[in-house]
Amino acid sequence: MIRSTRRMFTRMALLAPLALTALGPAGATDAAKWDQVLAEARGETVYFNAWGGSANINAYIQWAGDVVKTRYGVTVVQVKLDDTTKAVTTVLAEKTAGKNEHGSVDLIWINGENFAAMKRQDLLFSPGWATKLPNWGLVDIDNQPTTLTDFTIPTDGLESPWGAAKLVFFYDEARTARKDLPDSARDLLSFAQAHPGRFSYPQPPDFIGSSFLKQVLSELIADKAKLQKPVDDVTFDADVAPLFAYLDQLHPLLWRKGKAFPKNYPDMKQKLADGELDIIFAFNPAEASAGIAAGELPDSVRSFVFSKGTLGNTHFVGIPYNANAKAGALVLANFLLSPEAQVRKQDPKVWGDPTVLALGKLPEADRAAFAALDLGVATLPPDKLGPALAEPHPDWMTRIEAEWIKRYGAAN
Amino acid sequence: MERRTEDNPGRPLANGKTVSCRFSVSGVVLVMIGLPILAGLAGTVGPAFGLLPALGGNHLTLDHFAELATQPHLLRSVLISFATAIITTGLSLAVVMLFTAGYAGTRMFSRIQHLVSPLLAIPHAAAAFGLVFLVAPSGLAMRLVSPGLTGYDSPPDWLVPQDPLGLTMMAGLIVKEMPFLFLVTLAALPQVPLLQARHLSASLGYGRTRGFLISVWPLLYRQIRLPVFAVVAYASSVVDVAMILGPALPAPLAVRITGWMADSDLRMRFLASAGALLQLGLTTAAMVTWLALEQVGSVLLRRMSGSGVRKADDRLLRRSACAVMALSAALVFLGLATLLVWSVAGLWPFPALLPDSFTLQPWLRALPQAGVAITMTISLASSSAAIALLLAIGLLWQGGHRSGQAMGSVLYLPLIVPQLCFVFGLQILSVTLGFAASFPLLLFVHLIFVLPYVVLSLSQPWQALDRRYETLAAGLGKSPLQILLQIRLPMLTRACLTAFAVGFAVSAGLYLPTLLIGAGRIVTITTEAVALSSGGDRRAIGVYALLQTLVPFGGFLIASLVPHLLFRDRRAMRI
Repeated sequence: MIRSTRRMFTRMALLAPLALTALGPAGATDAAKWDQVLAEARGETVYFNAWGGSANINAYIQWAGDVVKTRYGVTVVQVKLDDTTKAVTTVLAEKTAGKNEHGSVDLIWINGENFAAMKRQDLLFSPGWATKLPNWGLVDIDNQPTTLTDFTIPTDGLESPWGAAKLVFFYDEARTARKDLPDSARDLLSFAQAHPGRFSYPQPPDFIGSSFLKQVLSELIADKAKLQKPVDDVTFDADVAPLFAYLDQLHPLLWRKGKAFPKNYPDMKQKLADGELDIIFAFNPAEASAGIAAGELPDSVRSFVFSKGTLGNTHFVGIPYNANAKAGALVLANFLLSPEAQVRKQDPKVWGDPTVLALGKLPEADRAAFAALDLGVATLPPDKLGPALAEPHPDWMTRIEAEWIKRYGAAN
Repeated sequence: MERRTEDNPGRPLANGKTVSCRFSVSGVVLVMIGLPILAGLAGTVGPAFGLLPALGGNHLTLDHFAELATQPHLLRSVLISFATAIITTGLSLAVVMLFTAGYAGTRMFSRIQHLVSPLLAIPHAAAAFGLVFLVAPSGLAMRLVSPGLTGYDSPPDWLVPQDPLGLTMMAGLIVKEMPFLFLVTLAALPQVPLLQARHLSASLGYGRTRGFLISVWPLLYRQIRLPVFAVVAYASSVVDVAMILGPALPAPLAVRITGWMADSDLRMRFLASAGALLQLGLTTAAMVTWLALEQVGSVLLRRMSGSGVRKADDRLLRRSACAVMALSAALVFLGLATLLVWSVAGLWPFPALLPDSFTLQPWLRALPQAGVAITMTISLASSSAAIALLLAIGLLWQGGHRSGQAMGSVLYLPLIVPQLCFVFGLQILSVTLGFAASFPLLLFVHLIFVLPYVVLSLSQPWQALDRRYETLAAGLGKSPLQILLQIRLPMLTRACLTAFAVGFAVSAGLYLPTLLIGAGRIVTITTEAVALSSGGDRRAIGVYALLQTLVPFGGFLIASLVPHLLFRDRRAMRI
């Protein structure tokens, strides 16, 4: 009953947005009417479901929450997840139970397959709102096409960009000579042959580990255009054959001979510091500098990329369709996109996550603030990061992960 | 069994007024524990057979079991879990048995008792992390001997932890299960005629260990059987310890199920539910195997006593058991100490024995955020432990815990049924009924898990109390309630406080139920610790594991200090 009424409202919203504003308050939060959003948001509590595995990111979110509280009267509570899927599950469980309003998740830190899953099952606040945010105009849509296309899936304004990500490798200058560094996946195999046991990647389905598989696949697959479409069942085996031939060669040369894998990126970082691994990688170009600043990595750690390109993507925040504090969530999403919040996020002493804003579109003072950032000794400047390879369709990730488990799931 | 539990809550009420009053507490407990577990199980069974309308599951099917069977290397996962359950329980029990046999009643016994008791407050995950920091190739043990003895400038490429046979995982479980079994043994000891049996067997020329095994052990084992089965169930379905120490390729079954539950492809939920039923079968199989092992053990014991061999000198056996107990306690404490050092460490490269620099930053960063979680943990744990204590007292006072098989099996269901098998179903149920995540709801769910432990902890001292005090009071004209409040409870203050502290620790350590029923909105120190440990940052893990230990430890501290204050001027009430 309630559900069909909602659907009716949605349809009406698509056809005649003007009529809807006249109609009612509750279901009609509209990012285009920012003053109304601000008024509605005051006093709301936003439950921001975000991965909680990193103390500095948690501290950054706390800071953003404090600012939003004093300026807009919106309280932000971070629900710290060990896996973003848990939030997707919660929304799904609520939809299962017919709880189409006052849901428990207001904002989710999301991208890739989680976004694809939520979009496919209509679990997101629609119609698109991200492009109506006051700060949307500052987003670097020209040079960062991934702000509009999330793993080949059009965002349609259903999620708002938060930060940029690019696959970057790290090594310790004190142990590894610069001339020995690999410049492609093939090179990396030669490196592993020369230094057995000194490289590994997080065990899929860890996000970073799966990304490594995609990086190798993107370099080795015969027809790269295939990756931009869903998997073709008929040719899948042939398409991924070069990847698994590569891994068959690589695995005996890995840390623990491929019988165990690091859990995730921070685990690899620890192993670089312990001297167990020589080359590690992350999706945040500033991770090494941040690690040095925090005393987690020796100050001789440096970054490098492959000259032919590494994977790049964007991470976003999304609002579930049944969120309780939609207006508050919009206010927070807009603040996270502001130059003030973005410049703080890019500071390696805080987090070091690259901005999604186009510096050219910013006012002079904000541009100066970005220019004044000390990115740290181990961070490559944006123009040295090399070309960004597009993320494959989410389908590929799922299929490769399943194939990986089948082949290497009992390595012992 | 399921049918019986469904019927029972109604029966006492139907039996008329006189009975209903007597059964009231046990009735409440039956409904409170039985219903949610049955409902949760139903919420797992449904999707396993294809019923979950939100995901398009509208008809019965066995497809998901077929899919489960095709999961790569499933058998290895099952076997690892099964072996872990049997070996962990067997070894822990054997050491506790031999140690108790050799030392019960001696001064060494109470010394080890004081060493081991605090171990109960340490969460499994914290102990496991501590163990990793000790035994990993880059851990403290290797640093002690490197590069001096080994010549290693960088850590050797050894597969520890996460070894394929799961030996590190079993070790991690054993060091935590031994204290648990030891403490339940301690609680049961006053009920067996230890001293007389020792004198008798000694006069017959038996060695201490052998004499104890023949005369006392069968009586004692009967008392601690339930906790032993709880250990079997726990070890067969443990997730956090298995993730930290267990093999990864393939991982034990429970870890893989958790992975399927968390998969972004929501259709995996069906597979996960089928897996949860397999887990239930696995745990049952492990218990049946244990029943068989009990038979073997009893035959061996009978043959031992029939043989007449005295084995008067058993010093070696005794001392090894004592050494293993002390060593495992030392390992856990050393691991905690390493955690503490990591939590204030600056850069700490291999093979340095101490960090290059120290910093309070991890604590300064964590504490402002941990404040909310600590407050929530303490209020949740203290209220659930307090309510559980009241219920337990009511239950024991009315003798409800002995009112038939059904009561016993329902009360201890949460200890025996793996959480994995019903908590997800319970979550779907609570959302379906429209319960928002709230403190009272979470408190209720915590009670399900806390109550059995509190009853378990309180019932032994309750029955051990000399009944003649009460008989005397009744003879002086006191009413039953007066006797309870003025005689029994004051005399059992220490036992009540200990039961409270146990309940407190159980509540503080609950992860899965807190996460799912609290919908992530209600955070405790444990949910925060697990979320942070997913990041693998040793310093943050150190901070949270210590906080996770300190909070329940506070409960135990209160339990041991309060009697000292209360009974300052009563010598017989002090230890």
